[in-house]
Amino acid sequence: MEIGLNHYLVLSTILFAIGLVGVMRRKNLLLLFFATEILLNAVNIAFAAISHYYGDMTGQMFAFFIIAVAASEVAVGLGLLIVWYKRHGSIDLDALTTMKG
Amino acid sequence: MFEAVAFYLFAFLTITMFIITVTTSQALYALTALAAGMIFISAFFFILGADFLGAIQIIVYTGAVMALYAFGMMFFDTTRSVKEKQGNKFIITGLSTLAAVLVVLIVAAPMVSDNIVAFYPAIDSMGNTQNVGLVLFTKYLVPFELAAVMLLVAMVAGIVLAGKKMDRSITLTNDAELEIEKNKKVLS
Amino acid sequence: MEKYLYIALFAPLVSSLFSALFTATPKKLFTGIVASLLIITSFISSTVLLTHILETGEPIHVTMMTWMQTGGLYIPFGFMVDQISVTMMMVVTLVSSVVHVYAIGYMDHDRGFNRFFAWLSAFVFSMMILVMSDNYAGLFIGWEGVGLCSWGLIGFWFHKESATWAANEAFIMNRIADLGMLIGLFLIYWNTGTLQYDGAFAAFHQLPTATLTWIGIFLFIGAMGKSAQFPLHTWLADAMEGPTPVSALIHAATMVTAGVYLVIRSHELYSLIPHVGLFIASLGTFVAIFAASMALVNRDMKRIIAYSTLSQLGYMFAAAGLGAYWVALFHLMAHAGFKALLFLGAGNVMHAMHDELDPFKMGGLKKVMKWTWIMMVIGSLALAGVIPFAGFFSKDTILEAAYSGNHMVIYGVLLFTAGLTAFYSFRLVALIFHGEERYKLFGIHPHEAYRFMLWAMSPLLLVAIAAGILQTPFFDMVEEALNAHEYHIAHGTALIMLVGTQLFVGLAILYAYRKYANSRVKVPDGTSKMENSFAYKLLINQYYIPYAYEEYIVKPYRELSEIFWTKVDLKVVDATVDGIAGIIYGTGEKTRDMQSGNLSTMLKWMVAGLVGLLSLAVIFGLTARYSDEILAILSGLGV
Repeated sequence: MEIGLNHYLVLSTILFAIGLVGVMRRKNLLLLFFATEILLNAVNIAFAAISHYYGDMTGQMFAFFIIAVAASEVAVGLGLLIVWYKRHGSIDLDALTTMKG
Repeated sequence: MFEAVAFYLFAFLTITMFIITVTTSQALYALTALAAGMIFISAFFFILGADFLGAIQIIVYTGAVMALYAFGMMFFDTTRSVKEKQGNKFIITGLSTLAAVLVVLIVAAPMVSDNIVAFYPAIDSMGNTQNVGLVLFTKYLVPFELAAVMLLVAMVAGIVLAGKKMDRSITLTNDAELEIEKNKKVLS
Repeated sequence: MEKYLYIALFAPLVSSLFSALFTATPKKLFTGIVASLLIITSFISSTVLLTHILETGEPIHVTMMTWMQTGGLYIPFGFMVDQISVTMMMVVTLVSSVVHVYAIGYMDHDRGFNRFFAWLSAFVFSMMILVMSDNYAGLFIGWEGVGLCSWGLIGFWFHKESATWAANEAFIMNRIADLGMLIGLFLIYWNTGTLQYDGAFAAFHQLPTATLTWIGIFLFIGAMGKSAQFPLHTWLADAMEGPTPVSALIHAATMVTAGVYLVIRSHELYSLIPHVGLFIASLGTFVAIFAASMALVNRDMKRIIAYSTLSQLGYMFAAAGLGAYWVALFHLMAHAGFKALLFLGAGNVMHAMHDELDPFKMGGLKKVMKWTWIMMVIGSLALAGVIPFAGFFSKDTILEAAYSGNHMVIYGVLLFTAGLTAFYSFRLVALIFHGEERYKLFGIHPHEAYRFMLWAMSPLLLVAIAAGILQTPFFDMVEEALNAHEYHIAHGTALIMLVGTQLFVGLAILYAYRKYANSRVKVPDGTSKMENSFAYKLLINQYYIPYAYEEYIVKPYRELSEIFWTKVDLKVVDATVDGIAGIIYGTGEKTRDMQSGNLSTMLKWMVAGLVGLLSLAVIFGLTARYSDEILAILSGLGV
């Protein structure tokens, strides 16, 4: 059985959906970050697959940049998270209601 | 045949790991499952012939990002299980699925119409790493440098944000001192 | 020469802008002085232009710049100085120079001193545009400009309700008339394709009489408003709420004569339609006696002079209507001189009497205000048309024109009005300056005006005395422009007419003096027999015309507006607008819960939004991809 591009795209879709579920149901900020990592990786798989099946390097390049972005996001995000935790002693999303209009 | 077996095996493993990540109530389990999922994803990259990307995936995610998360978790009280109120699960799942399907539709649409042209075709005589290097340092040189600067900025930001008042422990100061501290902050 | 034209035109503008700089600051004497100097500059330039016209007889014509050019419409900012406009320029700049200098003294203690000069100079500028423009569009700009400045100056003391009311009345009355004028201008452009005077006049000869009649009527409606002719005359008497220099400049000498100027300027049109001319003459004659009758009994010094202005405007229209345009223009010029003199004299009296306007409360002022008395008497003599003062020459020529045209009714009415004019003028003089010193009852200590104000008035005095000398040179100058010619009346008849008129006028003056310059005159208290007579009541109430306007036009209009307001505006327009606002407000109120501040909820909304946008993208993408097929299906369905 030949594995085609569609297989990879379906896999990517499934992972992306899992990531979105995580983003929406997680209330702990740290775990929310995990969910965003899943989202980024789902897209990465799609890029790599497309790159492979079309013989074009652009997909892989984008995957690299996404990894770079993910790494920066983790660094800055964790820093902010630590500051927040120091101040409030909690990283629960439901407690973060300062944006209430 | 081998490719199919590998794909299905790793697909199953990845999905399982990620489902554990988003559903478990133990932060440590979630972290471990995520790390495992990242390694399994790198397997897909190897299958797809993107060896360099796979190596980067393992190094950056499992090596750097996960270590960072692990260190970050030391700051938080993560030993107790995370209590989370949940809303309507149907809405969450439905929305996610719909969004994912639409994204794939959009991504796949140009390919279905078969009008895609390879901008930077891989050269067969060279290995993957060579190919990556060639494209990355010619066509994508400026974005590459920008990404490097971005990482540097992120690193500095991470250190500055997390490193504030590292010299004093919050758990060891009593409440009265904390209160004074807070008031001072408000005034300044 | 163009240089002088531009100086004459723009010096008042500079003056106005300069004074306008200081409107928000307390009184500064130099604004008045600078404004006066600039206006005098304009006067001198006008004089230079006048000598040029007298020497060469060649009109000066300049096109400063293009104003509008679209399709076939071409309207430039063009200016022209010919015999007619140079006369008007002389009148305007002379009177306004005098009034500017006079106003430095008159407005001495007023808080709006600087503002006053800004408005006054702006008025002069507008008036100069009006008289100097070489096309109807430019004339209309000036026309509206003087209307605006008149509004600002009548309502100069805007804290007084009566003043703002009078200002609005004048403005609205003029708007009504201006609509007529605009229609006239549209008709001219529609039929001749140009608004330039020379082009339009040339084209008039090819037009049918009916069209010309309509153009003439609509233009005259505009003139009726500006010159306060019946039935749009009520604003002029009310306009006396403004400061007296304003009354002298705007509502006696210059602006109200703009209507006469329009008719004179369009004389080529009106000479083609003599029947409209006859109507104008009849209306003018009617207004002459109508206004004079109201002046007979009025007890407000400034209103009496205002009615006399109205009456004299009637004379001018009578002359213009009968085709004696040069006579109308001459009377305009002479009238500007002595009427401004009278108004400024009245201003002196008002100043002395602490803004008291009722001449019955004055009396015997000639001892304290000798110079004002002399000026007022000479002004009144000139107004009454006593030989050899200015009014005699101009008015007598109007009578001659009516007589030689065999318009005996017009002649008779105008002659009778001359007697009335003499009577009311000297009634005023007698009441103010002769007889008992009734002002002592009211505890007022009058004083003569500043010396420089009297000096400022002297040029007008000169005009009032000696304008008659100018008659022949003036007629020679405008001979070509207006087809001036002598009226040939048999020598004997002319002598009889002259002596008869003078005798009639003299008797009227004597009667006025006998009746009012004695010690029996008392302040009327509404009890005497005369005051209760029907005729007196009719006259003092201005023939009940303002009352009728109020009752039959203003009130129904207000009620109609009320109905539209409550029924249409509130229930339809406002309801619609409020409804739209309500929907938006309600939506905001309902969707407020979204903004709970909970990040998790927000993330859910974000994903929902993402799904929505992605669906749109997919739908549009598919539609674009399969547009041909969709069109085929739709056409198959018969859409």
